[in-house]
Amino acid sequence: MKINPAPLLSFRGITKSFPAVLANDHIDLDIYGGEIHALLGENGAGKSTLMKILYGFYQADGGSILVNGQPVQIRSPHDARGQRIGMVFQDFILIPALTVAENIALFLSDLPFILDNDAIVSRIENISERYSLQVKPEAPVWQLSVGERQKVELLKLLLADARILILDEPTRSLAPHEVIGLFQVLANLRRDGYAVVVITHKMKEVLECADRITVMRRGKIASTLLGAEATENTLVSLMFGKAVAESPQRRGESPPEEGIPFLELKGVSTQPEGTGIGLKEINLTVRPGEIVGVAGVSGNGQRELGDVVLSIEKCARGTKYLGGQDATRWSVAQVRNSGTAFIPEDPLGMAAFPWLSVQENMAMSDVSRYARHGGLSMDWEAVRTDLQASLKRLGFQIPPFYVPLGILSGGNIQRMILAREMAHNPRLIIAFYPTRGLDVQSAVAAREVLLASRDAGAAILLISEDLEELFSLSDRLAVMLRGEIVATSAPRDITVQEIGYLMTGSKGEGAERG
Amino acid sequence: MSELLLVSIMIGAIQSGTPLLYATLSETIGERVGIINLGLEGIMLIGAVVGFVITVLTGNAALGVVAAALAGALFNMIFAFLVITRRANQLACGLALMFCGVGLSALIGAPFIGRQIEGLNAIKIPVFSDLPFFGRAFFQHDILVYLAIPTAVVIWWFLFKTRWGLSLRAVGENPTAAFAAGKNPYLLQYQVLFISGLLGGIAGAHLSLALAHNWAEWMTAGRGFFAVALVIFAKWHPLRAIAGALLFGGAISLQLQMQARGVPVSSFILDMLPYVLSLTVLVIWGRTSRSAVPGSLGRVFQGTE
Repeated sequence: MKINPAPLLSFRGITKSFPAVLANDHIDLDIYGGEIHALLGENGAGKSTLMKILYGFYQADGGSILVNGQPVQIRSPHDARGQRIGMVFQDFILIPALTVAENIALFLSDLPFILDNDAIVSRIENISERYSLQVKPEAPVWQLSVGERQKVELLKLLLADARILILDEPTRSLAPHEVIGLFQVLANLRRDGYAVVVITHKMKEVLECADRITVMRRGKIASTLLGAEATENTLVSLMFGKAVAESPQRRGESPPEEGIPFLELKGVSTQPEGTGIGLKEINLTVRPGEIVGVAGVSGNGQRELGDVVLSIEKCARGTKYLGGQDATRWSVAQVRNSGTAFIPEDPLGMAAFPWLSVQENMAMSDVSRYARHGGLSMDWEAVRTDLQASLKRLGFQIPPFYVPLGILSGGNIQRMILAREMAHNPRLIIAFYPTRGLDVQSAVAAREVLLASRDAGAAILLISEDLEELFSLSDRLAVMLRGEIVATSAPRDITVQEIGYLMTGSKGEGAERG
Repeated sequence: MSELLLVSIMIGAIQSGTPLLYATLSETIGERVGIINLGLEGIMLIGAVVGFVITVLTGNAALGVVAAALAGALFNMIFAFLVITRRANQLACGLALMFCGVGLSALIGAPFIGRQIEGLNAIKIPVFSDLPFFGRAFFQHDILVYLAIPTAVVIWWFLFKTRWGLSLRAVGENPTAAFAAGKNPYLLQYQVLFISGLLGGIAGAHLSLALAHNWAEWMTAGRGFFAVALVIFAKWHPLRAIAGALLFGGAISLQLQMQARGVPVSSFILDMLPYVLSLTVLVIWGRTSRSAVPGSLGRVFQGTE
């Protein structure tokens, strides 16, 4: 590792507050050319805010940014690019309807007014060869996998001559072997003197790839240390300032009871909707007292799977049984009344009403239970009691019940949805990324709840991108690819790497590097 | 007789299709940048009345067309200010703009009702206009007719071959992404709505200066709304809009011919014909065109903070 004597980029006293939260509190930080600098911290620690200030999305309340020692004003992404700063966002902001070349051309400011497609394509190919970022320039972006889209994002920045590259959670939704490929690309960039900033909360990856690690906690920098000197323990204590509860261990190797499966799908297929994907011949059973984990890169039919179980989407072919009854044509209400809880992928979009109060949201999933006088009034006392009990059981803090749900943080909304769905001892739980957006403590609590429900006899369908979570919780694992279940296995019979290859449909190229 | 009918329907299709094409192009580029403008009807009316009044006052129809285009563009800037700067709802503002245009044009045009003008005259293309059938159908039209298809081609070229067009489409698909790429979505949307207003004004001018040669209240009779349907029919593509405009122009022309020839069908039913066609188009195209819709159509770019 060679670090140039003068920092390429410096933050001095950067402060930024949002209503009710101080996101950045006098941040001082230096970034050098030729280093991979990891910015580590749990959700809400302020790392993304700091980088968005650097990229001109937010304006700092105070402090200054220096590029090559010169103070600069960055008011918009345009200014940031003028300082040769580039950012790969967590949710890529490519335009699906346009081709790779068009997306890249959009980003380049030095192109002539009349676009010369061939010239753009050859520029792309030049750079993509140098840094092993192969993509098809003429392909529309909606056809690309997540890993390929990330390559396009990086190509964009490199072609636009950025020297400081910021990557926000770059390994989210990448398969394990794609992560290895990404780190290889980052190493090549470091060799050529780029400054690479990786924002992440995944400790293992930080230790693998970073030259220096800066840990943020509650808007402040807890410490900066050399990657070679850091250990998982020091990082954890810096991130949380206290010991973290251990992740719950999977129950002993007791095989699932051979009872009637609570959920059974037989040859279920659906019509693809819009740019979505259709399910193809899904066969899946979930027995009481077992957690079936579904792994897959997002967008390979997991959402549709949950929708079919809940009857939000109809089966085009095949049958669905719930508790031994043919439930293929049941309405959503019937499915829910049979004791099905649903923790969706996107709580605000699918399960919550941001402008209704917390308690109204709580009552919404089961209005008839709380209705009094034939629906003319509601028993709010019972709603509050149930919600309180459920929150307590989950070990979550109790927020005010009268505020609109939408003003809570993402993690708190997810907690409320969990509490609501778990309140009435469901017999079947469909959980999409149940710990997304939760801090480590709450995630551990949520996982414990799932395990406790399972031990109490609930059937659980767990859909997640977090392979570690799937491995630690599931009794059986299913892998989805393009709307099909391509493999099922017990966790002990398969490795994370194998799952990764199955998820991406690749036949194990690059396995020797892994 | 039947050849004469065919020629007159053809002429009618081209004549009626021309303002539709300008209007459809106006709406197409607007929607490509993410803005659905139901006020097009109002813009056309303002274009029609201003073009007519200026032509009456100056006796110069070319000046009338230019004035109509500018008036349409300026009128559309009201809409632009509301939906871009004030971030107001596009549908509500569009409808308000339409009714505002109906009223304002009636006010401006009231003293001029009944005035006849020469307006835009047919320009005969030498040699071609003497061809037996095609000569009358295709080569004896006014200047705006001849310019309509080239305008569509130019807009296609700008949209798909230039950096400006790429940025514009990007804003329509995802303004946040375009912003992150260093573009200014607000500026692009203002530019596009100005041009969209120019085209809408020209569409109106063709109605009053070339088709009717006079001014009547609400003379657009829903053509602005046809154009909105035509954009869907053309799948947001300027070249497909040519075929769509001819088809709808043909429907309007057929209806007029049938009425003129006293076909024994209630005139109310005949009046409905073009509208039924546009409903049919929406029914058929309604679901299949999903992939062609600009991703962020109708949504307001909220900035980043």
